[in-house]
Amino acid sequence: MTSADVLLEVRDLEVHFAVPGVTVRAVDGVTYAIDSERTLGVVGESGCGKTVTALAIMGLIPSPPGRIVGGQILYHRDGGIVDLAQLPPRGQEMRAIRGNEIAMIFQEPMTSLNPVLTIGFQIMESITLHQRMTKREAKRQAVEMLRAVGIPLPEERVDEFPHQMSGGMRQRAMIAMALSCNPVLLIADEPTTALDVTIQAQVLELMNNLRRDFHAAIQFITHDLGVVAGMADDVAVMYLGRIVEAATVRDIFHSPKHPYTQGLMKSIPSLTRSKERLVPIEGIVPDPSDAPPGCGFEPRCPERMSICRTTPPPLVATAPGHDAACWLYQPDVHLVRRTLRGWK
Amino acid sequence: MSGLLRYAFQRLLLTIPMIFILLTVIFLIIRVMPGDPISMVYGARPVSEELKAEKRAEYGFDKPILVQYGVYISGVFRGDFGNSIRTSTPVLQELFLRFPATIELALFGLLVAAILGFTTGVLAATRADRPVDHGIRVFHIASFAIPVFWLGLMFQVIFAVKLKWLPVAGRLGGEMAFTFRPVTGLYVLDAILRLDGHALLDVLQHLALPALTLGIATTGLLGRMSRASMLETLDQDYVTTARAKGLGERVVVLRHALRNALIPIVTVFGLEFAVLMGGAVLTETVFSWPGIASYLIRSINARDYIAVQGSVVFIALFISVINLIVDLLYSLIDPRVRY
Repeated sequence: MTSADVLLEVRDLEVHFAVPGVTVRAVDGVTYAIDSERTLGVVGESGCGKTVTALAIMGLIPSPPGRIVGGQILYHRDGGIVDLAQLPPRGQEMRAIRGNEIAMIFQEPMTSLNPVLTIGFQIMESITLHQRMTKREAKRQAVEMLRAVGIPLPEERVDEFPHQMSGGMRQRAMIAMALSCNPVLLIADEPTTALDVTIQAQVLELMNNLRRDFHAAIQFITHDLGVVAGMADDVAVMYLGRIVEAATVRDIFHSPKHPYTQGLMKSIPSLTRSKERLVPIEGIVPDPSDAPPGCGFEPRCPERMSICRTTPPPLVATAPGHDAACWLYQPDVHLVRRTLRGWK
Repeated sequence: MSGLLRYAFQRLLLTIPMIFILLTVIFLIIRVMPGDPISMVYGARPVSEELKAEKRAEYGFDKPILVQYGVYISGVFRGDFGNSIRTSTPVLQELFLRFPATIELALFGLLVAAILGFTTGVLAATRADRPVDHGIRVFHIASFAIPVFWLGLMFQVIFAVKLKWLPVAGRLGGEMAFTFRPVTGLYVLDAILRLDGHALLDVLQHLALPALTLGIATTGLLGRMSRASMLETLDQDYVTTARAKGLGERVVVLRHALRNALIPIVTVFGLEFAVLMGGAVLTETVFSWPGIASYLIRSINARDYIAVQGSVVFIALFISVINLIVDLLYSLIDPRVRY
């Protein structure tokens, strides 16, 4: 693997939602980076903040009640570095990036397309907004995009409405729309979750092919580790608004460091180890509005120590290119634990 | 398109039983009301009972009610709505003379309600829970709660009597009433057809206050519906998609949200029309508007059975035609609807 250029750096991002009475820390100090032309899989359970992080990058946090309260989203473009967290979400600059340089596709293809506008119009709209193109050129481009995402008879389907298409076709159309302006980063928020398994495989294969053709980096959000294994170069595991582990896909699957990641791996069924029982992670995810003060995973962690209860662990390198946020990998804490064991 | 035509035809066929039921109900209700038309015609004048009986026989009121009903219904199906007891003229002729005035008032009232209702509703939704929204919501409730006739009277006092900007009542002013020659009876259209700018101005000035009164009275419900529908639409995934493209907020609202928000509003629009016709009755009365509704009021007061029945049928037909048009509008707004 070559050490590619950093495209997007998220640093200590904090997004809070003010619900009457409580403040929900949906994203609570998230740090990660995406290199250009690589695919980062962001894995986590529902409500762990993966989608909110993505929306923050897009400047689409519904506000009120949501608000970016801290951190940076550094976008490295030709002209320098822009902090997307500082740009007014509805401003000219953000809108020129959104949909053009950074595009996003969503989870629900059935509801993410406007039912009263044709597929072609919705793709052309993106193109004419960001590119200097006439309507006719944009339409030709829209047809080409539909062809590129494998929609049969694109010249005819370009004038169809979303309800005339199946879920898989709609998600392909969404992908066509997102890629129509040649973005450098595509954020895919569980793009295959709502599709059935065979269609899911087709769409994943399509995305894998397209990222090579379009030279786009992808932030692939999912809760499906199998999808991550097939799609991602790098993986970031999120738990309760924080990144708990980040590494290459090989390292994550072969030597998971964080107890949460280890737990996830044990809960994947395997074809080769057929007799083995799956091991679930004990307990449930705490309510984000009532998160534990220390490590978020502490109440469920089989290896918890006293420090976990009080102080959240920082994300540190456990090996080159392999970060984990767990006190187990803090050299000095290790020392303390060993000493304690020795005393017993 | 043939599907659309078939649908329109089916809907029109369905209005026939509806009119039939309506006629029956009206026929019965009006005869339950105290007082009879013949006594009302003569009022306090001393008229012999013989003359009254003679008159009653002339209109067939001496016959059993079922016979009266049969005679009337068979007349209606032959296109004969009978003669008015109060004026002795054929009801149909009177209705045709007045109907355009009511259509004109209703359509312009609807226009005012649509423009005011949609814009305030959409504005409130996009500024939800901010001062503008609160202000608009108060306006909606007020417009819904204020009685139509009171609003009309206030408009007359302020704009016609005090400020003298607009005429108090009627459809045409002074000499215009003698020189203007209508074509269709819809004066705005007629003035345009005759290329008469002077008349057009006069007609619009007369139309302004009644249309505004009727429109504002209908705005409340429409505005509240628009707000609710728009709020719901702005929460949809495709609105997020539109924003994710980098579209400006105005384009997101007007191009992506508005048309979707319109779908449920259009339904209310059709139903609102019936309420609007109720308001038209009062508005026409306040502004001496020579339409079908003020004719209906006078006919009810005179217990003019024949005229009341005819008027109600016309109003019902008008409402069902408007509702048919509204239904057909659906397919223009929502591509998923095909007839």
